[in-house]
Formats: sequence, C-alpha cells, structure tokens
Amino acid sequence: MRLYHLALLAALPCLLVPALLSAQNTGSVNTGSVKIDSPFRPPVQFTDEVTPPQIPADVTDDRRVARNYPEQPPVIPHNVRDYQLNLNTNRCLTCHSRQYTEAVQAPMISITHYLDREGQTLGAVSPRRYFCMQCHVPQTTAQPLVPNTFQTIDSMISRPSAGGAGQ
Amino acid sequence: MRLKLPEFLLRPWRTLSSPSRYLSLGFLTLGGFAAGVIFWGGFNTVLEATNQEQFCVGCHEMNTNVYEELKQTIHFTNRSGVRATCPDCHVPHEWTDKIARKMQASKEVWGKIFGTINTRDKFVAMRRELAEHEWARLKANNSLECRNCHSTESMDITKQGARAARVHERYLFTGERTCIDCHKGIAHQLPNMDGVQPGWSEVSSEKGTIGHWLAGEVK
Ligand code: HEC
Ligand code: HEC
Ligand code: HEC
Ligand code: HEC
Ligand code: HEC
Ligand code: HEC
Repeated sequence: MRLYHLALLAALPCLLVPALLSAQNTGSVNTGSVKIDSPFRPPVQFTDEVTPPQIPADVTDDRRVARNYPEQPPVIPHNVRDYQLNLNTNRCLTCHSRQYTEAVQAPMISITHYLDREGQTLGAVSPRRYFCMQCHVPQTTAQPLVPNTFQTIDSMISRPSAGGAGQ
Repeated sequence: MRLKLPEFLLRPWRTLSSPSRYLSLGFLTLGGFAAGVIFWGGFNTVLEATNQEQFCVGCHEMNTNVYEELKQTIHFTNRSGVRATCPDCHVPHEWTDKIARKMQASKEVWGKIFGTINTRDKFVAMRRELAEHEWARLKANNSLECRNCHSTESMDITKQGARAARVHERYLFTGERTCIDCHKGIAHQLPNMDGVQPGWSEVSSEKGTIGHWLAGEVK
C-alpha cells in the first residue's frame, strides 16, 4: 500500500462527515432551520448538545385506567415512590393480597397471579408474579414521540369486512 | 484526736459549708443564677452538638447503612426541599425525653466498642431487632417525631390521594392507629418483615402471615 493511499483513507472521514451533515440538512424540511424528519429521534443534530426534557411525572390520580386488551397488565394509577419490593418485604401485597384488600379497598390480584407455569393454582402468589413492577408500571404524562395507530379488538370486530369472505 | 487542717484549706471550706455567713445574699442569688444559666446552657450545648446529623453519620455503622439508604427517599429529596435529618426522627425534642434517649444512646457507644454491627452482614442480621426497638418507641410516644413535622390538624385529606384519605380517615383520625403502624420503612430499607402486619390490617399480629404470601417459600 502506498503512502498516499493511507493519507486518502485518513482523510476520508473528514470528507464524509461534512457531506453527511449537509445531506441531513438538505434532506430535512425547507428553510434554514435544522429540522430532521425522522420518526425515531427528536429533531436535533447528533452533533448538538441539548438539555434533556424534564422527566415527566407519574399519573397518580387513583383512577383505574381501561386496559387496551384483556391480557394487558393494568397500569398503576397511584404513587409508588419508595415502595420496597424485595425478598424482605413486598409493599404491593400489603394492599393487593387477598387478606388486606378490605381496609384499603384495593383490587385483589387476579387468579392468574396464583398460577404456576403448568397452570396449577397455588395457595399463594406464584413466585413468577412476586415482582409486580416487572409487568405493572405507572403511566407518565409524557406524550408519545411516535404516533400510535393501535386499534382495540372492538373496533376490529365492528369494522365491515373488506373481502366479503363468508358473506 | 483530730487532725488539724492548714488554714488555707479551712477558709474556703468554711465559706462553702455556710456561704451566707461570709458572702452577701445578693451575690449568692445572682451568682447562683449565673451558674445555673451556664450549666444549663453548657449541658444543652453538649446535647445539641450530639444532635447534629454529622455526629450520627460520623460512625460508619450509621453512615454506610442507614444514611446511604435515607438519601434515596422522599425525606431527603422532594419537591418542597424540606429535609428530615436523623435527630428529627430519632431524638425526641422534649427535654426529659432527650435525656432518656441519650441514656439509651450510651448503649450504642458500647455497641461501637464491641462491634455489634461493624460489618454490613452483622448489621443486616441485627436489623430486625434494631427496627423493632424504633417501632416500639414510636408506637409508645404516638409517633411524636413524625408529628413534629406532620400534624393531623394541618392534614387536609381532600388534598391527599384517595387511598391515603380513606385510610387516614378510618384509622388515623379515629386515633385507632398511629403513623408508624402504617408507615414503616419510610426512611430506610426494611428488615425481613415476616409476621409484621400492615397497619390497616384487622388481623392480630401473628408470626408467618407474610411468609405465606409467596407460594412454595423455603422455610
Ligand atoms: C396502600 C395500599 C396500596 C399499595 C401499597 C399498593 N396499591 Fe395498588 N392500588 C391500591 C388501590 C386502593 C387501587 C385502586 C385505585 C386507586 O385507588 O388508586 C390500586 C390500584 C392498582 C392497580 C390498577 C388495577 C386495575 O385494575 O386497574 C395496579 C396495577 C396496582 N394497584 C399495582 C400496585 C403495585 C405494583 C404496587 C406496589 C408497587 C401497589 N399497587 C401498591 C392500593 C395499593
Ligand atoms: C408476569 C406479569 C405480572 C406480574 C409479575 C404481576 N402481574 Fe398483576 N396482572 C398481570 C396481568 C397480565 C393482568 C391482567 C390479566 C389478569 O388479571 O391476569 C394483571 C392484573 C392485575 C390486577 C388487576 C386484577 C383485577 O382483577 O382487576 C392487579 C390489582 C394486579 N395485577 C396486581 C399485581 C400485583 C400486586 C403484583 C405483584 C405481587 C402483580 N400484579 C404481578 C400481570 C402481572
Ligand atoms: C459511636 C458510634 C455511633 C454514633 C455516633 C451514633 N450511633 Fe447509632 N448506633 C451505633 C451502634 C454500634 C448501634 C447498635 C447498638 C446495639 O448493638 O444495640 C446503633 C444503633 C442505633 C439505633 C437503633 C437503636 C436501638 O434501640 O436499637 C438508632 C435508631 C440509632 N443508632 C440512631 C442514631 C442517631 C440518630 C445518632 C445521632 C444522634 C446515632 N445513632 C449516633 C453507633 C453509633
Ligand atoms: C423520616 C424519619 C427518619 C429519618 C430522617 C431517619 N430515620 Fe432512622 N428510622 C426511622 C424509622 C421509622 C425506623 C424504624 C425502622 C423502619 O421502619 O425502617 C428507623 C430505624 C433506624 C435504625 C435501626 C435499624 C433499621 O434500619 O431499622 C437506625 C440505626 C437508624 N434508623 C438510624 C438513622 C440515622 C443514622 C439517620 C440519619 C442518617 C436516620 N435514621 C434518619 C425513621 C427515620
Ligand atoms: C423534618 C420533618 C419531618 C419529619 C420528622 C418526618 N417527615 Fe415525613 N415528610 C416530610 C417532608 C418534607 C415530606 C415531603 C413532602 C413533599 O414534598 O411531598 C414528607 C413526606 C412524608 C410522606 C409522604 C410520602 C410520599 O410518597 O408522598 C410520608 C408517608 C411521611 N412523610 C411519613 C413520615 C413518618 C411516618 C414520619 C415519622 C417516622 C415522618 N414522616 C417524619 C417531613 C418530615
Ligand atoms: C391506618 C394506616 C395509616 C396511618 C395510621 C397513617 N397513615 Fe399515612 N398513609 C396511609 C396510606 C395507606 C397512604 C397512601 C399510600 C402511601 O402513600 O403509602 C398514606 C399516605 C400518607 C401520606 C402521603 C399523602 C398522599 O396524598 O399520598 C402522608 C404524608 C402520610 N400518609 C402521613 C402520615 C402521618 C404523618 C401519619 C401519622 C400522623 C399517618 N400518615 C398515619 C396509611 C396510614
């Protein structure tokens, strides 16, 4: 390999990076503003330093949220700051286990929380359901970055059939 | 026969044994008052010095375990910026209580010397016992330390979450339970809670209930 080959290789990034950047700029929406039309990241150059947006607050209004499909683990509608959930103690179960639901009016964990993976019903919470926050999380006030086109099963059922099959 | 003491010892002794014969009443009253102020103040200053958080976390036993855990909680960082320090929750502000607590604290110095909790493992092993002492103390004084900051009179339950409002109304305002019954582990990690019922439980405290939460737990 000749020396000028190496020099060319070394110079390559210097040529490519500005080219990429300008390509990004021209590829984005019109006029001087540096806006990048990507659904996957916020409209900033990767070379820019931005102050991160504030971490949005949890929704803790104590109103149960409708599930989008029956198997969805419902989101937690209340404050869970500092709740301890480990081998020593399980704060969630001090309200949601069967024997304590009356005083605090918490919904009892459903029967699926008692099933092991063979489908056997156990006498108490199944170990695989012990760490509640694996599946249940609080909802925050953050607005989705990417539009969501999810439709519930109800809208699928009531939609007139397109192909006409079976009619 | 009696030993004759030299005059330079006898004179102060006479003054001390019957001061009003040798000193004016005014001097005695004012002097006594001044001495009282100095002693009281000095005593309180010593108490205040040992009441500082830096004093508590000066011992690594207190620093590496409980203090590190406290830093994560709402009593260390919150939106209002009010902080609770160790003495806020652990040393009663009332004067007589203060001394009583200090007498207990001399046991901690003993513990320090004999290393009852000088490693994390030892601390974790002893934690249930230590926590139970604190629960018993707060139960006995109706959660006095908590109430120094959170008073039930100023608590507006319409501003609280539905869960809090419901339970406070039923158990707290009726005087049936006290803060520590329901709010354990608000400042530190909890020990093994086997058999400890939550404060809103109607079940009497028996061993084993929490152990039965988890099916197939190894006993
Ligand atoms: C002090 C009692 C209490 C504790 C502790 C508690 N919850 Fe709740 N939870 C409730 C109550 C009461 C509701 C009903 C809605 C409300 O009032 O917030 C509820 C609602 C829920 C729901 C919604 C159920 C539904 O059908 O929509 C989930 C999920 C949930 N909690 C999970 C948890 C998890 C996970 C934890 C532990 C991190 C926890 N809870 C700790 C009392 C509690
Ligand atoms: C493996 C995931 C998973 C874990 C772990 C888990 N859950 Fe659930 N949970 C679900 C799903 C899925 C549902 C909804 C369907 C159902 O009832 O099974 C649910 C439903 C619930 C409900 C609503 C029940 C009802 O009848 O409305 C509550 C309350 C709840 N969970 C609390 C808890 C608590 C408390 C824990 C921790 C002890 C926990 N869950 C652990 C997945 C999980
Ligand atoms: C000399 C080192 C040292 C200092 C300073 C110290 N501690 Fe401790 N603390 C210990 C030791 C050691 C124990 C364990 C005592 C035992 O073995 O019973 C302990 C135990 C405790 C306990 C459990 C009490 C009980 O009844 O079992 C509390 C609460 C506590 N300390 C709070 C404090 C607070 C608050 C301060 C500051 C005012 C403080 N400590 C200062 C060493 C210290
Ligand atoms: C907001 C109140 C609060 C503050 C602040 C606080 N504690 Fe505690 N502490 C408690 C309570 C309540 C307990 C009883 C055990 C429990 O519920 O976690 C406890 C227990 C302890 C214990 C016994 C061991 C254990 O973990 O159960 C020690 C030691 C202790 N505290 C030391 C400290 C020291 C040192 C500080 C300051 C760095 C401090 N605490 C700050 C409330 C508080
Ligand atoms: C130095 C004053 C002080 C003392 C003493 C104190 N607290 Fe607090 N407590 C606070 C502050 C400040 C907050 C946070 C308020 C906020 O910003 O929401 C708080 C918050 C709380 C919360 C709310 C937690 C949440 O997630 O919203 C509980 C529960 C609580 N304290 C219980 C206690 C108990 C129990 C004790 C006695 C062991 C105690 N506090 C002692 C000042 C104190
Ligand atoms: C019978 C049980 C019980 C007693 C007694 C009790 N609390 Fe509570 N408290 C709760 C429950 C349940 C909640 C809601 C869940 C949570 O945040 O832990 C709560 C929530 C709170 C909150 C947060 C309020 C909110 O809107 O989230 C504070 C602050 C508080 N308690 C302070 C106290 C103080 C101070 C005392 C003693 C004067 C006390 N509590 C006595 C059960 C109790």
